[in-house]
Amino acid sequence: MTALSVTDFQAGYDPDLPIVKGVSFDVQVGEAVSVVGPNGAGKSTLVKAIAGQVICLGGRVQLGDDDITGAPSHALARRGLGFVPQTENIFTQLTIRENLQIAAELVPASKRADQIDKMFDMFPDLKERPNALAGALSGGQRQMLAAARALLTDPPVLMLDEPSAGLSPKLVGQVFDTLRRIHETGVTLILVEQNVRAALEITTRALVLVDGALAHDGPTEALRDGKTLGQLFLGQSPERAQA
Amino acid sequence: MSFQAIIDGLIAGTTIGLGAIGLTLTYSILRFANFTHGDFLAWGAYLTLSVSGFLGGLVASLGVTTPLGPFSFGWGLPVSLIIGITLTILLTMALDKLLFGRLRRRGADAIIIVMASFGASMALRSLLEFIYTANPQYLTRELQIAEPLGLGMRATPDQLLTIGLTAVLVVALNLFVTRTPMGRAMRAVSENPALAGVYGIEVQRVIRVTWIIGAGLACVAGVMSGLLVQIRPYMGFDLLLPLFAAAILGGVGSIPGAVIGGLIIGLAEAFAVQIFGAEWRAGVAFIVLVLVLLVRPTGLFGRPS
Amino acid sequence: MEYLAYAAFFLTLAMTFSIICLGLNVQWGQTGLFNVGVAAFVGVGAYTSVLLTTPATPDRIGGFGLPIAVGWIGAAGVSAVVSFLVGALTLRLRSDYLAITTFGIAIALQLCFQNIEVLTGGVFGVGFIPRAFGSVQANALLFNYANLALAAALVVVLYLVLEHLARSPWGRVLRAVREDEAAAQSLGKNPAALRLQAFALGGAIMGLAGAVQAHFVGFISPPNYLPMLTFQVWAMLIVGGSGNNMGAILGAVLVWAIWALSGSLISEVFPADQQARAASLQIVVIGVMLCLLLLWRPQGLLPERQTISKHLGTRHDT
Repeated sequence: MTALSVTDFQAGYDPDLPIVKGVSFDVQVGEAVSVVGPNGAGKSTLVKAIAGQVICLGGRVQLGDDDITGAPSHALARRGLGFVPQTENIFTQLTIRENLQIAAELVPASKRADQIDKMFDMFPDLKERPNALAGALSGGQRQMLAAARALLTDPPVLMLDEPSAGLSPKLVGQVFDTLRRIHETGVTLILVEQNVRAALEITTRALVLVDGALAHDGPTEALRDGKTLGQLFLGQSPERAQA
Repeated sequence: MSFQAIIDGLIAGTTIGLGAIGLTLTYSILRFANFTHGDFLAWGAYLTLSVSGFLGGLVASLGVTTPLGPFSFGWGLPVSLIIGITLTILLTMALDKLLFGRLRRRGADAIIIVMASFGASMALRSLLEFIYTANPQYLTRELQIAEPLGLGMRATPDQLLTIGLTAVLVVALNLFVTRTPMGRAMRAVSENPALAGVYGIEVQRVIRVTWIIGAGLACVAGVMSGLLVQIRPYMGFDLLLPLFAAAILGGVGSIPGAVIGGLIIGLAEAFAVQIFGAEWRAGVAFIVLVLVLLVRPTGLFGRPS
Repeated sequence: MEYLAYAAFFLTLAMTFSIICLGLNVQWGQTGLFNVGVAAFVGVGAYTSVLLTTPATPDRIGGFGLPIAVGWIGAAGVSAVVSFLVGALTLRLRSDYLAITTFGIAIALQLCFQNIEVLTGGVFGVGFIPRAFGSVQANALLFNYANLALAAALVVVLYLVLEHLARSPWGRVLRAVREDEAAAQSLGKNPAALRLQAFALGGAIMGLAGAVQAHFVGFISPPNYLPMLTFQVWAMLIVGGSGNNMGAILGAVLVWAIWALSGSLISEVFPADQQARAASLQIVVIGVMLCLLLLWRPQGLLPERQTISKHLGTRHDT
C-alpha cells in the first residue's frame, strides 16, 4: 500500500527558478527511505515543499488516497503527515509541556494526556523538567522534543529534515537509535540526511537527488559502496554509475 | 507638583495601555508595526457614539441616557459599546482581508505592510473627519463631581471605573494568553509562524483572534478616552506615538509590558504637564521612545530578537 | 497672463516637491529605509534657512541676514545632522523601529516649531523671508519664471548627481545591501554605515527642499510640516516609481497636479462651510490610491531600471 506518492513534483521559492525539477517516487507503508545528495541538490526543499513550507510549482502529492498538493502545513499535520524541520523545530519560548500540548490539540481531547505521557515515557529526558522553557534544552534534547512533538499524533508518515545536523557524534548515534525505534513501531519514515553513512544504516531504500532531479532510486544496499554514491553525487547517470 | 498628577497619569495611562495591548499583539503575531491602530481607537469611539445616538433615538423613553448609579452615562452606553466593539472588529477584519492579508500572501516585506498601514491610517482618519466633521463630540453631557481620594487627589466615578475595567480586562486577557490553547497558539505564532503550521496550528485563525482582541480593546480604549475627554477624528493619531512607545517600552509581544508601559507614559505625561506645561505633553512619548531605544531596545519584558 | 504666472507658481512648488521626493528616493528607493517623518526634515531645513537669512528682529533669536545660498547649505547641513542622529539610534534595530522613530521625531519637531517661539515665531510662523530674485518681485510673471528656472535647475543638478551616485560603486553597494544584507556583509561592506550615510544624504536633500520652498513662498508656519506632507511625498514617490529618480520627479509633478486640481474642484463645488470637510476626502482618495498601488503596481509608473526590488514582494505574482 502506498503511504506517499509524489508525481512530477516541482517546487522552489521563485516560480522562475524551480529548485526541485520534476521528481517522482512512491513510498510504501512501513518503508524507511533516505533522501541523500550533494549540497544544494534540493533535498530540504523537496521535503519542505511536501510539508507545505515551500511553494509547490507543479506536479502532485498524495498521502494515502488524499491529494495533498499545495495544502497548507497545518492541514497536512492534521492529516497525519508529520514533519520535523532541520532548525528552529521547537518553540523555545514555550515550555516543554506546552510544545507537546500544542501538538496534542490534533488528537481527540480524551487521548491528549495519554499521548503526552507516552512521549514522556519514550523520551525520559523531557520528563525531568516538563515546565522548563524548551529553549533551555541541549541540542540533542531539542531534537528529541521535535521528534516527540511530531510523533505525538501517531502520524502514519514522518519526514525529518537532517535530524543529525549540528549534533556531536554521540548524539547523532542517539538520534538514529531513536529513529530506528520509531520506524520499528510501524511509522513510515522519510529522512533527509547529509550524514549518508548513518542514514543508509537505518533506511532500506535511498533516493539520490542531484540538481533537483532524481538520480537514483533503489535499495540502500547498492549504495553502501562509496564509489557508486560518489559518482551519483557528481551527477552521473545511474547506469554509468553502476558500471 | 501635586499628587493629582498620579491620578491623571494613571487614567491617561489606562487608555494608552489598553490600546497598546492590541498594538503589541499585532506587532508580535502579524509582525508589522501597524500605523492604523490609533485609528481603530478613534473608529471604535465614533462607531459606539453612532450606535448610542441611534439607540437614544430609537428607545429614548426607556431611559437609555439616565445615569447609572454614580456614573455619567445610562445603560445605553455599555450596550452601544458591545455593538461598537463588534463593528470595530468587522472593520479590522475587512482591512486585513482587503489590504494586509493580500500583502502577506504575496510575501511582501514587513516594511511594505507598514507603509500600507500608514496610507490606510491617513484614509481612515480623514474618512472620519468627512463623516463626522472635525468638531469634537461627547458620549455624555452629564457633569461629574470629582470625589476626594485623600492626599489631595480627586477622581470622578467614570475615571475610577475605567481604571477598574482596565485592570479586569488585562488580568482576563493575560490568563487567556497564558492558560488557554488559543493563547498558547498565539505565543507559538509570535515566535515562529512557519513552525506553528508544522505543529498543526491554523495560523489564519490565530491572526483572526489577534485582530478580534486588538480591535475590541482599541474600541474600549477609544470609548474610555471619549467618555473622559472627547471624541475627535485625530484622537487616534494623537495616541499613536504613546501607543508605540508603550508597546516598545513594555517589550513587543508582552501584554503586561504594554499596560505597564502605558501607565509609565501616562504618568510621565502628567508630570511633564506639571513641570513644562501642557504644550509639551505630546513630546513625552518621543523622549521615552528614544530612551528605550538607547538603553534597552528589547523593552522591559521583551525577549532579545 | 494670470494663468502663465499661476503655471509657473504651480511648477515651482512641484519642483520643490520633486526635490523632497528625490531625497526620499535615496532613503527608500535606493536603500529601503521607511521614513515616516519626511515633514520634520523638510521643516528643519526651512526653519534653519529662515533663521540664517532673515534680517534680525527683536522678538526672535537668529535673523543673521545671510545670503540665501548660505541658508540652503545650512538647511541641508542641519537636516543631515538630525537624520544622522535618528538613523544612528534606530538603524541597528529592527527595520520598523526607524519608521516609528521618524514618526515620533516629526511629532516632537512639530511641537518645537509651535512652542519655541523665540526661534520659530511659534504658531504664527515667520514671514518676510528673503526671496530669490526679490528685486523683480513687482513683476509677478518674471519673478515666478525666474524662480521656476532656479528650482528646475536645482532639480536637474540633483538628478544628475544622484544618477551618478546610483551608478557609482557606492550606489551599487547600497542596492546590494538593500537586496541581501548578509551577502553584502560577507563581501566586507558595512551595511549599517552605508544605510546611515544614505539616510543622512536623503535628509540633507529634504532639508534643502524645505529651504527652497520657504524662500519661494516667503512665509512658513508649523502647519506646513504636518504628517500630511509626509504622506503626500510618499504618494508621489510610490506613484512615480521608487528606485527611479525620474519617477520621483514625475510622481511629484503628477500627484501635486492631482492635489491642486482636486483642491480647486472642491472649492468650486462645495459651499464655503463644507470645504474643510470635503478636503478630507482628498486625503482619503490619496490614501486609498497609495494602498491600491502597493497592492497592484508597487513598482509605480516608472519602475526601477535594474531588477525589480525583492522587498516589494512582487516575485510571486510575476
